[in-house]
This record gives sequence, C-alpha cells and structure tokens, in this order.
Amino acid sequence: MTAVVNQLPIGLSIAAVLLLVALGLTVTFGQMGVINMAHGEFIMAGAYTAFLLGDLLLALPAAFVVAGLMGLALERGAIRHFYGRPLDTLLLTWGVSLVLQQLARDLFGAPNVQVPAPSWLSGGIGILPYNRLFIMALAVAGVAGIWLYLTRTRLGRRTQAVVQNRRLAATSGIDPGRVDMLTFFIGSGLAGLAGVALTLIGPVGPALGTYYIVDAFLVVVAGGLGQLRGAVLAAVGLGLLNSYAEFWSDASLAKVLVFAAVIGFLQVRPQGLVALRSRALT
Amino acid sequence: MRTPRALVSALLLTTLAACGSPPSGSGSSADAQDEIKVGVLHSLSGTMAISEVTVRDAELLAIEEINQAGGVLGKKLVPVVEDGASDWPTFAEKATKLIRQDKVATVFGGWTSASRKAMLPVFERYKSLLWYPVQYEGLESSPNIFYTGATTNQQIIPGLDYLKEQGKKKIFLVGSDYVFPRTANKIIKAYAAANGMQVLGEEYTPLGHTEYSTLVNKVVQAGPDAVFNTLNGDSNVAFFKQLKSAGVSAEAMPVLSVSVAEEEVKGIGVDNIAGHPVAWNYYQTTDTPANQAFVKAFKAAYGEDKVTSDPMQAGYNAVHLWAEAVKKAGTTEVEAVKKAAGGIALERPEGLVTIDGENQHLYKTARIGVIRPDGLIEQVWDSGEPIKPDPYLKGYSWAGGLAEE
Repeated sequence: MTAVVNQLPIGLSIAAVLLLVALGLTVTFGQMGVINMAHGEFIMAGAYTAFLLGDLLLALPAAFVVAGLMGLALERGAIRHFYGRPLDTLLLTWGVSLVLQQLARDLFGAPNVQVPAPSWLSGGIGILPYNRLFIMALAVAGVAGIWLYLTRTRLGRRTQAVVQNRRLAATSGIDPGRVDMLTFFIGSGLAGLAGVALTLIGPVGPALGTYYIVDAFLVVVAGGLGQLRGAVLAAVGLGLLNSYAEFWSDASLAKVLVFAAVIGFLQVRPQGLVALRSRALT
Repeated sequence: MRTPRALVSALLLTTLAACGSPPSGSGSSADAQDEIKVGVLHSLSGTMAISEVTVRDAELLAIEEINQAGGVLGKKLVPVVEDGASDWPTFAEKATKLIRQDKVATVFGGWTSASRKAMLPVFERYKSLLWYPVQYEGLESSPNIFYTGATTNQQIIPGLDYLKEQGKKKIFLVGSDYVFPRTANKIIKAYAAANGMQVLGEEYTPLGHTEYSTLVNKVVQAGPDAVFNTLNGDSNVAFFKQLKSAGVSAEAMPVLSVSVAEEEVKGIGVDNIAGHPVAWNYYQTTDTPANQAFVKAFKAAYGEDKVTSDPMQAGYNAVHLWAEAVKKAGTTEVEAVKKAAGGIALERPEGLVTIDGENQHLYKTARIGVIRPDGLIEQVWDSGEPIKPDPYLKGYSWAGGLAEE
C-alpha cells in the first residue's frame, strides 16, 4: 500500500521534470510557433555548462545565458529566415540539433561526463530525495518567473502583443524582430536551466537532449500552444499518468499508454487543454 | 523556389552532422600490393558512440602495434574506418561497402546485438569475416563471426554463482527492453529455479530511459538481497543516480551489472556506484604482464586520463587473434583463416585465451569485480581457469529448452 502512496509524490516529481524541459518550448514553440528540434541540445548545453563550472548554483545563471545566446544565434542566423514555414524550420532545427550533438561529442568526448551533486542535496524527505525537491522548486520558480515576465513587465506585454497580432503590434511601434530575439533568448535560456537540473538525476552526454525532446513537445502540445497554465496542467497530468501506469504495468507499456492518452485527448480537443483566443492565429 | 532552398540548407546541415567524424584512414590503391585493408565498423555518432568509440580506438591501437612489428605476411594493415551511426541498417550497409567496395580482409565491429544481427546475413552472404568484441546473450554461432567477448556461461552464470556464494537468495531483475536483457533474464530465471533462488521481480525499460523513480520504488518495496542489472547505455547513469539518492546502499542491496565497465563508471559518477559488483572477463587492474603493456600503450596513445575496459580489450584482442590466424594460414583468405584460427592460444591482458574452433568463441576467465572509490574495478572473485564457451548452454542441465525458444 505504501508503494501506491509513494507513487503520488513520484508522479509530481516526474511532472516537475516534464515541466522544466517543456517550459522553454512553451515560450519558443508556443509563443512564436517555431518547432525547435534543437531545444534538447540547448538542454544539453546547460548540462555541459554545469559540468564545466562544477558548481550547481553558479551554473544556473551561466547555463541560462549560454543556452540563451545559442538560441539567439540560431534565431538570428537561421530561423529568422524561415518564419511562417514550420516544416522547413523543423528540418532546419533538426539538422542543427545533429550538428550540436556531434559538436559536443568532439568537444567533450562521446562518453558521459560526471557532474558532482552538491553535498547539501544528499538525503531526502520520505520517498523524495532533496535533488527531486530542488527540481520541483526550480520548476515552480520557472513558471512563476515566466508568468511575472509575461504579465507584469513591459517587454512581456509586448511579447504577448506580438504573439496575438503581429502586424497590429508592429504598427503600434513595437519592433517584432527584437521581441522575437528576446523571446527566443528566454525560451532557450530556460532549456539551459533544465539542463543544469537534469545533471542531478540523469546522464550528461551528447545524446542528453534526445531523451527529453519528445516529452517536452508532448507537454506543450497537450497543454495548448503557448499556454503556461496548460503546460503546468499537462505536465502534472502526464507525470501522474506516467507514474501510475508504470507502477501497474512497466516502463515500456507506460510510454505507450501516455502516448495513447495524448493522441486520444487531441482527437477530442485538438487545441490542447487551454486554448488561446485570438483573431490573429490561424 | 523558396522551399527547395530551405530543404537544401536543412539537408546540408544533416549531411554535415553525419560527416562529423571522418574516417581516419582510407587506403590508397597505389601500393595495394604491400598492404592489407581491414574494416573497423563501430558507431562513432548517435547514442551508442558513448561505448563504441573507445573500442575503435583499441582496435586501431592493435593495428598500429602489428604494423610497428612489421605487419602481417610482410604487408602493412590499413584500417578503413566506417561509422555505423547507432543505426542497425547502417551497419549492414557499411559492412556491405567494406566487403564489396573496399575489399577488406576482415571487419572488426559492432556492439549491440541488434547491430550484429543486422550484419550477420551480410557476412554470411559474402562469405566474409566479422570479429565481434562484446559480451552478448549467446544462442548464436555464425560460421562467419568470431566472438571475442563473453557468452552467457562466461559472464552471467559466473555472476549468479558469485551471488549464490554470497548467500543472496532473493534477486530482482532490471534490464533494458531488447534482446540481450530478455534472453539473459530467461537464463537467470532458469538458473534461479535450479539453484533455490527466488526472482522477486523482472522489469524492463526502453533504451535511453532516464526516469527511474518508479522502478526504484518497486525494487525497494520488493526488498531483494541483490539486483541483477542488464540495463544498457545511458540508462545506467540515471538508474544509479536515482537509486543512490533514494538512499539504497551497495551494502544493503548490491546491484550486479554486466554492462557497466570502467568507462561507464566515470559517467555514472563513482560516488553513485562505488561498492556495487560487476561481472566481466577483464579489468584495467587485472594483474597480467600483457595487461600492464596494454594499459601503458593505450594511455600513451590516447591520454593519461583514459581507462581501459573489457570490450576495448576484447576488440584489441580480436585484431591480434586475427593477425595470428593469418600468419598461421599464410593467407588472408577467409576459409583458410577460419581453419587456422581454431586452437590459437595467446596470453592477452585478460589472461590466456584460446579460440574454440567449433563455435568460434573464446575460452575466457570469468572475473567478478567491485567498483572502488577511485573508479577502477577490483577483482574479488574469478573462475580459476578459462571457461569453455558454451553459447547454447548445452552443458547445463537446467538450461534445457532455452536455446529452442
């Protein structure tokens, strides 16, 4: 019986991981409509930043900047020319993700590297280790930060304006190009944060991003494009579903069940859990 | 015209990625008379690169050593390196290329059983020769493959003997969801039934799985004396990190792994895995004169911080064993080399190995080791003498019927 009860906090901690890897995507994919397959590699860049610095707390802001700048370079250098062509962007960013993986392999070697976990994160409360609680706290902080940014700052409100009606925003004096840059910087930076957190629980190697990218898209699509509230609800739902499905069956079947659930759900509600009401979106 | 341009850029990028590691040596046809081409086919990109790149390094080192010593039959060996890219059809395709286009004398390569099974028909069809350097699930004996890693009776069964000796009666099986762990676990369950051991649970996770909290919860609730771990690749990192942070110690619940070697320990983080046992035929610390020379040569070639591991050593041995067989046969012709190979015995880093001419596996000494706090592995048990390879487990009464399934 305790095992069944234990699965509840485990489900929530899975949800926190899902939310953390998807948070950046809700910004870039959700707000800007860019299918960024290289998002996983920005997560990887964050993890390698933690490896290079060797200090978790120091790595958090550094990884945000590193991954953010990589995102900025990708947006300015390539994606900018592909706006409005989602399939081309998908191919482009997928290619970029392969290049980045091989780059990591050449720079850091093919084997995984070790990022030592800080001693203050050893131990735990009940079934949840401190490192899981840290990830949950980081996910909550990330959501709060994005929410505050979008609703309480001038830049955030401009971002929303551009998302809701790009041309009207432009005629009101907002430079959509600059907003795109900033949005992509923040979205990619969040991937970097996720990468640092993931060093606590998973492998740190060139293929790191590929393990999380599908889950990240799953959360964003199920939650509703660009909807912070939707992403949170989807992450919690999928986390709990994953936890209990795996508990009563096994890991492979749990994956199948989660995918089946999302596909079934999208048949009923193609726009996801929470839909944005806007005249500008197609 | 806009779409084609976008497509071209995207495809260009993908192609660039695929070319990330160009082959390091390709033979020139000018002096083909004085050289023998050999293929080296491992995943240099993709998820398996983590393991296979160092095996390639060890094989290239062996080729270099043989050339330094004057080559084979008076000719220099020229490696043709190809990337299997962690993709099984690619392995078959590249194997065909090596045989048909480069006309290599033999190929050293593969890691996953899936890659070997993809290459097997190619080598059988073209009557060519593959040297496969990794421990595997047995139940195979192709006339065109030499297996220089352990088969099940040289690794998994000794591992179980060790657990039994330690008085571990209740075990839990954890593995990746593909052919090696599933076959290994069939054998483990048959062994357990015959030896009064109890299997409390059997769990599989997809390759590349990184979320182990549920599985750790299940294992802890079952409360086994030991866990038998056949997880492969990056999953081991996630599993051991999450097991450690759940507060499970190596003393309370040792996890015996058969796919974690020196190289993987670094990536898992030694704090997370120190004290847990592993089963192999070779460790960097194995005390033989040949091993001291191998470790020294490997570090000199690739860096002081590099470690050596069982599959690397098996790849390194494969090249030397093939060269020995060619010398004995006096030709690189496949049938003659196969005939000459049977009975060849060499002192290798892992100790004496002998090629079994019948099933083309090696006699190998089984060794159980425990991971030390410095990341190396210390041997705590060995089988005393090289074990005869028995890929179909014909010599074990309890294993009857396993081969037929």
